[in-house]
Amino acid sequence: MMLRQMLELPNYGWRSAFNDLENMRQEMNRLFGQVSGRPYWQTHAGVFPLVNIVEDTTHYFIFCEIPGMVSEEIDISATGRSLTISGERKIITEGENVKYHRREREGGTFNRVIALPNDIQVNEIVAEYIEGILTLTLPKTKTKNPKQIFVK
Amino acid sequence: MVETQELKPQEKFEVATSAEQTKSGLVFAPNVDIFETEKEIVLLADVPGVNATSLGIDLKDNTLTLTGDVKQESITGGEEILSEYQVGSYFRQFTLTEMINQDKIEAELKNGVLRLTLPKIEKALPRRIIVNAKK
Repeated sequence: MMLRQMLELPNYGWRSAFNDLENMRQEMNRLFGQVSGRPYWQTHAGVFPLVNIVEDTTHYFIFCEIPGMVSEEIDISATGRSLTISGERKIITEGENVKYHRREREGGTFNRVIALPNDIQVNEIVAEYIEGILTLTLPKTKTKNPKQIFVK
Repeated sequence: MVETQELKPQEKFEVATSAEQTKSGLVFAPNVDIFETEKEIVLLADVPGVNATSLGIDLKDNTLTLTGDVKQESITGGEEILSEYQVGSYFRQFTLTEMINQDKIEAELKNGVLRLTLPKIEKALPRRIIVNAKK
């Protein structure tokens, strides 16, 4: 359908058929979304830490779960519209005479770059680390007043 | 040289709790480390977002139950533009085979990690048995 629109080919009777397919796809997505609580196609970037980003008119808010860190050991740097979160999660070895029943918690280094849709005020970023959750508040750069152009 | 591995993201493991939920929302099983020394059993659990008041530790009939409620952050007027992880409460149960001294259980919650120390009862401590060989 995209191709058809791009090439401006006549649609004739095809349009309705494609629309039906499109409607069906949307309906399927909606159904799957209801079952699992999230849309099935939504995955993550495969880089630790996983982040949730919320945007309002003036700020971006980034949340990520990194339990068991010390706030000083989380490095955050930002330039223009990208942000880097890095550090190392250390799992302390517990003595010598310990016997493990379960070992699911993982340690290691992480380094993640997050590209934001708009420029951010790099000097105004606030980072908080509470109960293992890192919250970053990034103010957007104020949009410049639109420049008016006079027609001679 | 110590080579450190790169941390891989993990999807949270969703669980069905044994009890019927009265609250809506997702429930996840936290990742845990459990190890044992001669005198105690120590459990470490990753429960980001849980604070001391929303954490529940219950030991009954050798079944240890961990629960933790997480308050979802909400930004008024905010729109979610990326959602890679989900927020929900935590639930996990363990069956303990050793006898635990319930009065001396210690729990420490720091930066989203719970450290639970369960001291074994004296009689459950392993005793070295000396075999006397008769001549």
